[in-house]
Amino acid sequence: MLALGCLAGCKGPEPGAGPEGIPVGEFASMSGGSASFGQSSHNGTALAIDEINAAGGVLGKQINLITEDDRSVAGEPSTIVHKLISEDHVVAVLGEVASSKSLEAAPICQENHIPMISPASTNAKVTQVGDYIFRVCFIDPFQGKVMAKFALSKGWTKVALLTDVKEDYSVGLADAFQSAFTAGGGAIVKTEEYSTGDKDFSAQLTAIQAANPDAVFVPGYYAEVALIARQARESGITVPLLGGDGWVGESLLKVAGNALDGCFFSNHYSQDDPSPVIQNFVKTYQDKYGEKPDAMAALGYDSAKILADAITRAGTTDEPKLRDAIAATKDFKGVTGDITLDDQRNATKAAVILTIANGGFQFVQRVAP
Amino acid sequence: MFERTKATLVATLAAIFVASRFSSHIGPYYYDIILSIGINIILAVSLNLVNGYTGQFSLGHAGFMSVGAYAAACFTTFGLPVLAFLKPLGSFLSVSIFFGLALFLGGLAAGLAGLLVGIPSLRLKGDYLAIVTLGFGEIIKVVIENVDVLGRSRGFSVAAAYTNLFWVYAMAALTIYVVLNLVNSTYGRGFLTIRDDEIAAEAMGINTTKYKVLAFCLAAAFAGIAGGLYAHDKQFIYPDGFNFLESINIVTMVILGGMGSTWGVVLSASLLTILPVWLRSIADKPEIPHWLTPLLSNLTIPYSLLLILLMLTRPQGLFGGIALKRKKA
Amino acid sequence: MIYFLQQLINGLSLGAIYALIALGYTMVYGVLRFINFAHGDVFMIGAFAGLYIAPLVMKYSNGGPSWPGAFVVLVAAMAICAILGIVIEKLAYRPLRNRPRLTVLITAIGVSLFLENFGQYAFGVDPQYFPSLINNHSIAIPASFGLLSHLRIKVSQVLIFAVTMFLLLFLRFIVTKTKLGMAMRALSVNPVATSLMGVNNDVVISFTFGLGSALAGAAGILISIQQPSVDPLMGLQPGIKAFVAAVLGGIGNIPGAALGGVLLGVIETLFVAYSDQLHISSGYRDAVAFFLLIIILLFKPTGLLGRVEREKV
Repeated sequence: MLALGCLAGCKGPEPGAGPEGIPVGEFASMSGGSASFGQSSHNGTALAIDEINAAGGVLGKQINLITEDDRSVAGEPSTIVHKLISEDHVVAVLGEVASSKSLEAAPICQENHIPMISPASTNAKVTQVGDYIFRVCFIDPFQGKVMAKFALSKGWTKVALLTDVKEDYSVGLADAFQSAFTAGGGAIVKTEEYSTGDKDFSAQLTAIQAANPDAVFVPGYYAEVALIARQARESGITVPLLGGDGWVGESLLKVAGNALDGCFFSNHYSQDDPSPVIQNFVKTYQDKYGEKPDAMAALGYDSAKILADAITRAGTTDEPKLRDAIAATKDFKGVTGDITLDDQRNATKAAVILTIANGGFQFVQRVAP
Repeated sequence: MFERTKATLVATLAAIFVASRFSSHIGPYYYDIILSIGINIILAVSLNLVNGYTGQFSLGHAGFMSVGAYAAACFTTFGLPVLAFLKPLGSFLSVSIFFGLALFLGGLAAGLAGLLVGIPSLRLKGDYLAIVTLGFGEIIKVVIENVDVLGRSRGFSVAAAYTNLFWVYAMAALTIYVVLNLVNSTYGRGFLTIRDDEIAAEAMGINTTKYKVLAFCLAAAFAGIAGGLYAHDKQFIYPDGFNFLESINIVTMVILGGMGSTWGVVLSASLLTILPVWLRSIADKPEIPHWLTPLLSNLTIPYSLLLILLMLTRPQGLFGGIALKRKKA
Repeated sequence: MIYFLQQLINGLSLGAIYALIALGYTMVYGVLRFINFAHGDVFMIGAFAGLYIAPLVMKYSNGGPSWPGAFVVLVAAMAICAILGIVIEKLAYRPLRNRPRLTVLITAIGVSLFLENFGQYAFGVDPQYFPSLINNHSIAIPASFGLLSHLRIKVSQVLIFAVTMFLLLFLRFIVTKTKLGMAMRALSVNPVATSLMGVNNDVVISFTFGLGSALAGAAGILISIQQPSVDPLMGLQPGIKAFVAAVLGGIGNIPGAALGGVLLGVIETLFVAYSDQLHISSGYRDAVAFFLLIIILLFKPTGLLGRVEREKV
């Protein structure tokens, strides 16, 4: 029954810039468990598109951003990306933050030769799906190495790991840190796990304290990290906590209070970086959305800007040329750093290490790739 | 509806085969939806065997789906020597047998999991069984999250998308065939008796545990096959994709269709697969007021209200009452 | 030795949290033979009620913590949750009073999902900071206790434990010594006979629900004092764990809920504490809770303190 209905008038994908504008697809978790990240990255992307359109668009046309919500549900990304490609005829797809969702959508984009730019997926496998898949962030192995080197440089040779076992980002970063840290001569004295949504970490923290580490690596997301920091201090753990870009979130410092003072984490950018590009971005974002942009927002912004830049450079939205233009991105001045896409289609750019002091983040150092 | 004979099954399979030859004419978006409908049909019809016909409340069906998905995915990823061995048979036959084996293994693994879960749990009644099945679903998820070779929470990539229209609907047809025949046999009488009054059934000498475990394992096995199909369609599986909410989705399909009506469940599975898609497509239309849009694109609020309303107004679902009229023996 | 003791304290503290929530579950089940799936979400609503009321109350204490202020917030949240519970019962569960249990269970799941998703829609998905209602410092143990002075206990941990014990006794008092309690017990045995005895079942059931929900609300406030991060999905995990705790102790049995909660908390914590020695990753922690559930249901389905009930036909 249904098959017959669909046989009538359904054809393959034909991406195209019509007279109404250039359709660009975005898929993100706007609701559900991962909504905070999806909404952030979407805000950044939307802001970028607005700015581009206000300045005249690309190739003389406005960009029409079509956003679909994958509701943080498995199986949804493939459905909505199919829709974006075959129904909305988008010329490129922006998304997703979560590596698992990117890995679901990537084969579809690759098969249809539609470039996909992920703002924040850090699992190395994402871009390995094919040459149409790009990302504007660094990958887990790099970020893990950054923090491992930093820890070693501070003379911390014994580190405990506290990983979110339910989050692929956390697991990936912890693995990367561990390899780099032990390769550099350090030792992981304790490994503990928790789950997203947990609020009590006293068991793990007491165990970690008993192992007497020089620092604790907590590559999780801000919701749990804030509570972990509080409880760590309450358990008597005085050593610094280390983490990754998942720490960045509005509620991190509000919930943690000063428990995170003196801790360090790697990030894509620093809100306090005096560079005008960044300050301008922070201000416009804050004006529009009423809060400071987190890492996901900044990456969402850069992913859209890089796409627009590539379209301009290619001079067309034709797939192979657009793909090549994206792949050729070099020294793009994004808010998350000077971005060059390497031959693995990952972003080679510096990471920044930030610390927490005086109720905010402070820049510590930049680590080049 | 149709005679439940082998002839009908073969004819149906042939028709599906012919239809699948035209599948390249369907746009990828609709194709994906059609595949999803088929997979959901398998899941809902198999769960209906447990929840609807046998009256046992299982809330962990997605867990069995995940067992089948991972088992099938592991076979196609690590069992490539088998594919190489089959190569001489030609590309079509070797892939078909290879994938068929993968699905079979997925179903077997899930069925075994069903046995493992069912034997201890099925002595429990109603609410307890619901919670225990939920618990098992969570345990399966936690185990996968901690096993390296399965990818933990990073997920498992499946290289080849073997799933196509034929496989999905052939399996769906098979599931419906098996369930309908089972239900209209002496086993079916057993299931229904247990649903209606378990104590009376025991008093009548029916080994209720045996019947309950049978229904449970069979349902789990089909869920495993659905999982295998899913894994080779989406090409990427991860533990959180098979969580409690997914189980609830399948339960909702069974309830809406009417517990105990296989065709009703087929209809409701199709409906509940298409509905979110359709609602999402109209959510951005200008006629829809601004506050309604997020509610339409993320359907969980209307879904939960639907569940409540259904239970209040028509707990037997769309077709529950009709199915109770059985043919005389 | 100190390690073990500290982990024991951690476990007891976690267990007290489970016990607090389990009390509400078990009470509703004991009277109505019904698992209120939405209990964990009422707990969440209680926490959010506290989130919104606290600033209003703290205006009177110049924005700082105060025990009277905390008490006011607690009572207000309990009242709001009680009303919510009564409303849910009236709208969603009462019409299904005579239907099969599965129907009501599904409805309860629906209510739970609705509260969670509506919470995300209304409150936003991000966690929010719960203001400090009391000065939650570590209790200093004098050095004269020797090694024990190294142990860390917080005011909130003692508070939760104390309140749980108090509520346990309070509930037992209500159930065994008051007329309403007698009606509740009678209702759990035979609703029809109870109404024939002149009891207004509707009132008793509403009261039970209200009380259970008030307990959930209290849990929401107390736990948010200890773990000051509230988000719409915060009721999911504690809800399931508390249910396991209630079953462990014997569902329907009030002291059982407390025992089950404490036991679950301690076992879970000690599992994590000694996971290295067991050569099992501490990531299996959640599975431990469900595993315990299955074990108890296999060997003693009525729970540790429950009594076997003969099912009459």
